Amino acid sequence: MSAASPQVAPPAARFRAAQRLLAENPAIALSFIFVALFVLTDIVNRAQSGKPFLTPTQLSTTFLYAAPLALLAAGQTLVMLTGGVDLSVATTATAGAFITSGTAHGQGTGTALLLALGLGFGIGLVNGIGVAIFRVNPLIMTLGLSSVTLGALTIYSQKRFVALVPNLVNTFGSGRFFKYVPYDLLVWAPIAALIILGLRYSGFGRMVYAVGDNPLACRLAGVRVWQVLLLVYALCGAFSALAGILLVGFNDAADLGIAAPFLLPSVAAVVIGGTSILGGSGGYGGTILGALILTVLDSLLTILNASAAVKQMLYGAIILALAWLYARTSTGD
Amino acid sequence: MTTAAAVAGKARGGQSVARLARRHGWTVGVYVLLLVLALYWRTIPAKWGSFDVQSLAIDALPLAFAAMAQSVAIISGGIDLSVGSLISLVNVVAAKYMVHMSLREALGFAALLLVGSAAAGAFTGTLIVLSRVPDIVVTLAMLFVWAGVALQVLQIPGGGAPLSYLQLGTGHWWSQWVPSGLVILLLGFALLWLPMRWSRPGLALYSVGSNRNAAYLSGVSVARTRIFAYALGGLFAGLAGLALTSTAGIGDPNAGQYYTLNSVAAAVLGGVSLVGGVGGLIGPIAAAFVVTLVKTMLILKGVDQNWAQVIQGTLIIVVVMIGGLAIRQRRRT
Repeated sequence: MSAASPQVAPPAARFRAAQRLLAENPAIALSFIFVALFVLTDIVNRAQSGKPFLTPTQLSTTFLYAAPLALLAAGQTLVMLTGGVDLSVATTATAGAFITSGTAHGQGTGTALLLALGLGFGIGLVNGIGVAIFRVNPLIMTLGLSSVTLGALTIYSQKRFVALVPNLVNTFGSGRFFKYVPYDLLVWAPIAALIILGLRYSGFGRMVYAVGDNPLACRLAGVRVWQVLLLVYALCGAFSALAGILLVGFNDAADLGIAAPFLLPSVAAVVIGGTSILGGSGGYGGTILGALILTVLDSLLTILNASAAVKQMLYGAIILALAWLYARTSTGD
Repeated sequence: MTTAAAVAGKARGGQSVARLARRHGWTVGVYVLLLVLALYWRTIPAKWGSFDVQSLAIDALPLAFAAMAQSVAIISGGIDLSVGSLISLVNVVAAKYMVHMSLREALGFAALLLVGSAAAGAFTGTLIVLSRVPDIVVTLAMLFVWAGVALQVLQIPGGGAPLSYLQLGTGHWWSQWVPSGLVILLLGFALLWLPMRWSRPGLALYSVGSNRNAAYLSGVSVARTRIFAYALGGLFAGLAGLALTSTAGIGDPNAGQYYTLNSVAAAVLGGVSLVGGVGGLIGPIAAAFVVTLVKTMLILKGVDQNWAQVIQGTLIIVVVMIGGLAIRQRRRT
């Protein structure tokens, strides 16, 4: 943080100051990348089919698609800030989707939504119990729970029930108002504000960072680390279920694979956004940009007719490259 | 060094019994568990014979190799989430090209694939060491890279292998009761792991996993050892992929998914602690058979396949939870 000094700083110092500004605020660089990608997609689209991509409609579609991913990444951000990772977000979202469509007819929309969110919270709670109380590696715990959830969902999906996606969910999942503003922004934006402000200004937010940075010091300082972890994983589960509700609203039907393509991108979005995998630093702002970048990237790859195989390879390579970059810049300081 | 101390310990008689019990108790326990399960297994079907033993060996062979691959990575202090995808990759490449080969050519090609998979493991290890990004992230990224490559090689299940090659995994040697797959497994263990385990690279592996700093200060080349660990893991993963080609007779780009989590479960169940530096490879082999046997028995008892997956997943979580508790107890005392 170079203080504004009255003298004119020499060019070398100003360049270093700019470099430091970029390194400490990844959001600036990420915004540039987002805009650049959008423009690139526009160019490619024009080259491929003559149609522009840089239109208000496409911009709104990008935000519409990015919302579920951003919600999944929101939970993932919280978990990664504590130094863990949650590989069950996709199956929890699928569970939310199934519960919404499965119980809406019998119990009404409100109850169905509450049940879905409650189930997500509960799954996250089980994750939290495993990680916080039994000290299971979060990777193993969440991976295991995700396979259990998937098995249970497969059984549930084979039962006969009246599958109904409520109109409200449909609107929020796929509708827009004022022609360009997606309804799911009404769900995403308040939660984004809640997370960003909560992480920065609330005691719990500070504890999340502290636990990720040095859990031992926290314990010695009297923080009940297990409570923080429990709540973080439970919130992640709830946010994932919410993403699943949006997805089923968009898809109009629940499907076992509805959220599977979002698992890796949720991790990627957090990594891109600058949150350290080891925990203790980062935030949701970068993740939002990460989610937007990945959505535009996905559109670009679709326009380029990239196969699912190429997309997967690319995601893996991107995560690797960015994690490497952030590791370099953080240890360099 | 340590070998001399071990010899001296055994010569001291009574005192070493307790140490032996502590060091090998878990492994013996897993074999006892396997025996108990096998005895119970005999009572389930109306007719039980060598065919069942062969089926079990066929089923468990790839998982046993996968467990060995994962164990090497965990003992060295890391984890390898890309084991499953690497298995898929080797499987599809083998199935795609072996279908028109003779046995001799197929074996030569298999050797080539083993070199390739070891190189892939070394590549992952090099990335981990150079980038200083945690192994979880790197191997998670490589999981998707290898999965993408596997999809690129073979989009849908297909391919095959010469009949005599299939016999290697599914046939029997000398007697109906000795599955050839089991022989290959034990040969692989004896030739690839045993001589190495007490040599310098093997001891370096254990020391790096046990206490990386102490190993570094003792002059062990930590970087080289870690790369070696992942390369060895890649070699075993290649063996698993070849075994899968032999037992399944076909290449499936998604076949390896099963082994990602189950290899970790088998390793932990086999006594390899997730903190590193603890355990051997003989326990995970038995644990792989235990995991496969549980699944077989559930199916024999007529449990629905999805319920079996739920039960298996829950068992894995419980096993890892108990392992986590054991670590906590050990740390307390």
